[in-house]
Amino acid sequence: MMAFLTLLARNRLAMAGGIVLSLVILLVLLTPILPLADPDVTDTGNRFKPPFSEGALLGTDHLGRDLLSRLLWGTQLSLAVGFSAAIIAATLGAAIGIIAGFYGGRTDNIIMRGVDMLMAFPYILLALAIVAALGPGLFNALIAVAAVNVPFFARNIRGITVGIAHKEFVDAARLAGMSNARIILTEVLPNVIPVIIIAMSTTIGWMILETAGLSFLGLGSQPPQADLGSMLGEARSALITNPHTSIVPGVMILIIVMSINLLGDGVRDALDPRLKSGALSRPMAATMVKREAPAPTSEGKGLLEAQELQTQFHVKDRVYRAAGGVSLHVEKGECLGIIGESGSGKSVTALSVMGLVASPPGVITGGAVRYEGKDLIGVPYKQLRDMRGRNVAYIFQDPLATLHPLYRVGDQLIEAIRSHRPIGKEEGRAKAIELLEAVRIPNAAKRITDYPHEMSGGMRQRVGIAMALANDPDVIIADEPTTALDVTVQAQILALLDDLRKSRGLAIVFITHDFGVVAQLCDRVAVMYAGRIVEEGQTADILDNPRHPYTARLMACVPELGEGKRRLEAIPGLPPVVDKLPAGCAFADRCDKVQDACRQGDIPLERNGARAVRCLFPETPLKEAAE
Amino acid sequence: MSDALTLDNLSKTFPVGKSLFGAATASVKAVHPITLSVRKNETLGIVGESGCGKSTLARMLVGLLPPSTGSIQIEGAALNNADPADFGKRIQYVFQDPISSLNPRKTIRQIMEAPLKQLHGMVKPERDKRIAEIFASVNLREEFLERYPHEFSGGQAQRIGIARALAAKARILILDEPVSALDVSVQAQVLNLLADLKKEFDLTYLFISHDLAVVEAVSDRIAVLYFGSVVELGPAEVVFANPRHPYTKLLADSAPVVGRPLTAPEAKGTELPNPLDPPPGCAFAARCPHATDQCRTQIPVLEDTESGTQVACFYPLADT
Amino acid sequence: MTGYILKRLLSAIPVLFGITIIVFLIMALIPGDPATAILGSFATPENVEKLNRDLGLDKSLVQQYFIWLGNMLTGDFGTSFALNRPVIDEVLERFNATLVLAGTAFVLCSLFGVAAGVISAANQYGWADKGITFVVLLGISIPSFFLGMMMILFFAVNLRWFPVSGMWPIYGDRDFGALISHLTLPAIALAVVATGVIARLARSAMLEVLRQDFIRTARAKGVDERGVIWRHALKAAMVSIIPVLGIQAGFVLSGAVYIEIVFQWPGVGRMLVDAILKRDILLVQGGVVFVAACYVLFNIAVDVAQSLLDPRIKT
Repeated sequence: MMAFLTLLARNRLAMAGGIVLSLVILLVLLTPILPLADPDVTDTGNRFKPPFSEGALLGTDHLGRDLLSRLLWGTQLSLAVGFSAAIIAATLGAAIGIIAGFYGGRTDNIIMRGVDMLMAFPYILLALAIVAALGPGLFNALIAVAAVNVPFFARNIRGITVGIAHKEFVDAARLAGMSNARIILTEVLPNVIPVIIIAMSTTIGWMILETAGLSFLGLGSQPPQADLGSMLGEARSALITNPHTSIVPGVMILIIVMSINLLGDGVRDALDPRLKSGALSRPMAATMVKREAPAPTSEGKGLLEAQELQTQFHVKDRVYRAAGGVSLHVEKGECLGIIGESGSGKSVTALSVMGLVASPPGVITGGAVRYEGKDLIGVPYKQLRDMRGRNVAYIFQDPLATLHPLYRVGDQLIEAIRSHRPIGKEEGRAKAIELLEAVRIPNAAKRITDYPHEMSGGMRQRVGIAMALANDPDVIIADEPTTALDVTVQAQILALLDDLRKSRGLAIVFITHDFGVVAQLCDRVAVMYAGRIVEEGQTADILDNPRHPYTARLMACVPELGEGKRRLEAIPGLPPVVDKLPAGCAFADRCDKVQDACRQGDIPLERNGARAVRCLFPETPLKEAAE
Repeated sequence: MSDALTLDNLSKTFPVGKSLFGAATASVKAVHPITLSVRKNETLGIVGESGCGKSTLARMLVGLLPPSTGSIQIEGAALNNADPADFGKRIQYVFQDPISSLNPRKTIRQIMEAPLKQLHGMVKPERDKRIAEIFASVNLREEFLERYPHEFSGGQAQRIGIARALAAKARILILDEPVSALDVSVQAQVLNLLADLKKEFDLTYLFISHDLAVVEAVSDRIAVLYFGSVVELGPAEVVFANPRHPYTKLLADSAPVVGRPLTAPEAKGTELPNPLDPPPGCAFAARCPHATDQCRTQIPVLEDTESGTQVACFYPLADT
Repeated sequence: MTGYILKRLLSAIPVLFGITIIVFLIMALIPGDPATAILGSFATPENVEKLNRDLGLDKSLVQQYFIWLGNMLTGDFGTSFALNRPVIDEVLERFNATLVLAGTAFVLCSLFGVAAGVISAANQYGWADKGITFVVLLGISIPSFFLGMMMILFFAVNLRWFPVSGMWPIYGDRDFGALISHLTLPAIALAVVATGVIARLARSAMLEVLRQDFIRTARAKGVDERGVIWRHALKAAMVSIIPVLGIQAGFVLSGAVYIEIVFQWPGVGRMLVDAILKRDILLVQGGVVFVAACYVLFNIAVDVAQSLLDPRIKT
């Protein structure tokens, strides 16, 4: 609750809306004790007095009634009716929605059919029909406005409830012996209430508009009593001669509804958990670059080279050092594996190469990425775009999410080519078929018109690979390309990648958490932990003889097929969060060989030939093994 | 050793599609009739790829899904059509996604108290004592009880999920991919904890996973599921070391193993049969290098082999 | 595709039934006696009874419903007592005028709403975004009837750019130019609110889509930013925008009631309000059923458009 209020208070627009609304409400509450003229007493002698006249601050209307007094009393009425309608509609709608969404099946079907039926009316028709039946009057208008809004709430809340009712914690509650009624009250409702509040706060303004509208039509409040809508309605005939009688109530409605909308948006933003982390900001075309130091000079290593690459996530006042100075290179035709757990910075490193880290919040803060010796960090977007897919291509993890769901796979392949060179329709088609054949998709000519959802996971990932191959790149960066796939499919995809590398002389950077995969595919491997490389070397060398305690223990704790039932050598503790990295070795807290020196100051990555390790007390010393 | 859990002809068919009047237009057999028993204090591993029906099976076993045919017996007593609460005292479930299995708006204490209150009707001091005991067993600090789920890492949340399952005092736990959402270095912690708890509380496990190596490392026996049917069942040390069903062999050959060269173990397609139009014979026939006409027309049933495993194949692979 | 359209049309039948039942039931709730309303309070009991018989009001509710429904299916919506004219003739004539107004407003709000939303999202937190967000906020907060009145005051009375009201000039040719000059103000006033709602939704739908993995894929293969926004993101965002366009069409139709009154537009909304105030029940019933039925058909068109866009919808 406190967190909600602080979040709300931080939103300046919402605060402004809140303050204005509070002022209006305060004024309205004070209306009965303010020294105002009677709002309903007519005085035809003093009709249409302009604003700021003696005794009538806002002037008088066509019957000589004091506009200020009528305005305040009318505002009171409009607010009361709007809020009541919102509360009635939200309560009824939410109850209906929760019941339909939670029970599902036939209950849901019948209820939602009814809701659909009501939503088949343009809402005003229903409201007019209800008022026609009940007769004009403010209370009837309230009923009509509440009634037409019930289906909107019901549908909205039902959707949310269906999502929650299928969550695993509801199953768990059932297994804990809870009854349906108890599950609705204690498991579902607390999760739905924020949505109800959001829906209410964003629709109250609209309901005030609707009630004002019915009154404007003469179907709401009846004379002499007036709400803001009927004041406007009565003033309409004098619009041209005495516009102030229209402008006064109209502006008041605008002020009220606008302040409610501002506040409502603030409430929504503060309650919507997705917005809490600032997640709803749009990633820019390329990762932001704020290099604090000049780029390191080129060492001319490899085709693609990262030097002391630093990528951070800036979320509010926190700084997550996702990649904390990573140096890597890959030669032509070589496969480099990057292995690490989630949060180790392996994906961020790979995505930084072509500026694909989502930004905000990602920022590249240091180092260099060199392609054929030329630094790519901070180059103009046009140049970077030109290299994406043509020099360095990517394959991503989940092939269903990474292909556009609404375009045919053939068109997505052709677009990849067309982004770099013009290509005719026929040639494009032929090239797309050729690409699909290259990744061994059977019936390629037929499959190019498939949509991604019509393919199996393995086939989709083949399309992903074909897309990466479209412009004959020199480097392919594969970010956990087989993690979402079944083992039998994974084996085929890995074999395919290996063949392509050999036949096309591709350099592959392969990111994974699986030692078995690394062992089968990669020439060299770099092990990452907490945003830094802790060990690097030839694959066989590292697997046979891990130097860093983390590498050794990680390999030991992963069960491998063929070793039978056994107790695993677990690593205690958790990887550190990269916004609060300890001084010294990030693995120190989990390491059984830790000494005081490990926690003091930066530990360099010590190199000896192809082998490198970032440890003061490695399993076997670097020098010794090299001899 | 007596049986903790017996499934007799258990199957599940889902209606799919909807005609204009809301009637189903077709049905999908997610789980074909399975007859199986789990011995007391055993860990039975169930392994299979996506779409093999392992999660459907698990949900039936804890009563979250009513079976279409067959029955479930727990320690000799039939448990069909009982309400989940009745299941809850005998058999509990540990979910795959540890975070989403905890209600984000409840404290850990409230989550832990639910089974104690609802299933066992314990009063407050009794509950506190029991929660303290369980938390000690799963190596969680008691100060965690007043926090909310989002404050925990995946590994910690999974310990809480396990603690909740233990609170129900069930002697059988269904572990549905309990470590696949966790980081590799945390997986081992949870797997070891499960092994310790099994000893401490005399538990029986049904361990469901897609990870062959993990299943092999924790199970006494392993059942291999393909397209809703058990195709091979046997002692853990034998099933993958000496596969008799061609599908088991395919799985074993596909698993990446350090030191084994990279070869695609299968040239034929990897597509599963269409569940709306299942093949008349063995579901694996279309992918099987040894398939004959018999395989394509008749459905093989589980039969004993000399190596101690049971296999559903007309032409089981030779003993190696 | 034809099959899908047929299926959707068939599924509309129960909805249309439901609409007639709802309208009939609401009207049956009306207290008092229509005959008395028609004949006035000084009518003799004999006359009232005779009129009741003529109107079929002596039969049971179910019978009355089916008689009414049967008549409607043959195109007979009854006769408006206030206008002394067949309801269907009046409704058709009025609905034409509404269609011109609401149709124009709908096209305006769809185009400007979506464009504003996309531009806003593409320049998130930039000046364009802030400006659009402010205008949109203003648009969804102002009552359309007040906006209409202010537009009359400013553009018609002060600047004399457009006529004050009506659909056609009282004297002079009823040509296209005259229609446009009469249509401009009401169509804009009517479109403003819906434009705001659509722009807001389009903005958040775009922001949602721009975070998806397939956008990163498009960038990774070298698609330029314009292609990313207008080809990849907008197409995916349209999946959630199109249903809202359907809902907003209902709001435009609803808002037309106010605008027709403010601008003296001879549409069906003004007709309904007049009919309600005069308790002309048959005209209200007929008008509501007719407009609701058209809206149901329009929503089927929206569903069809959605299925053309999204291949994942089973057709």
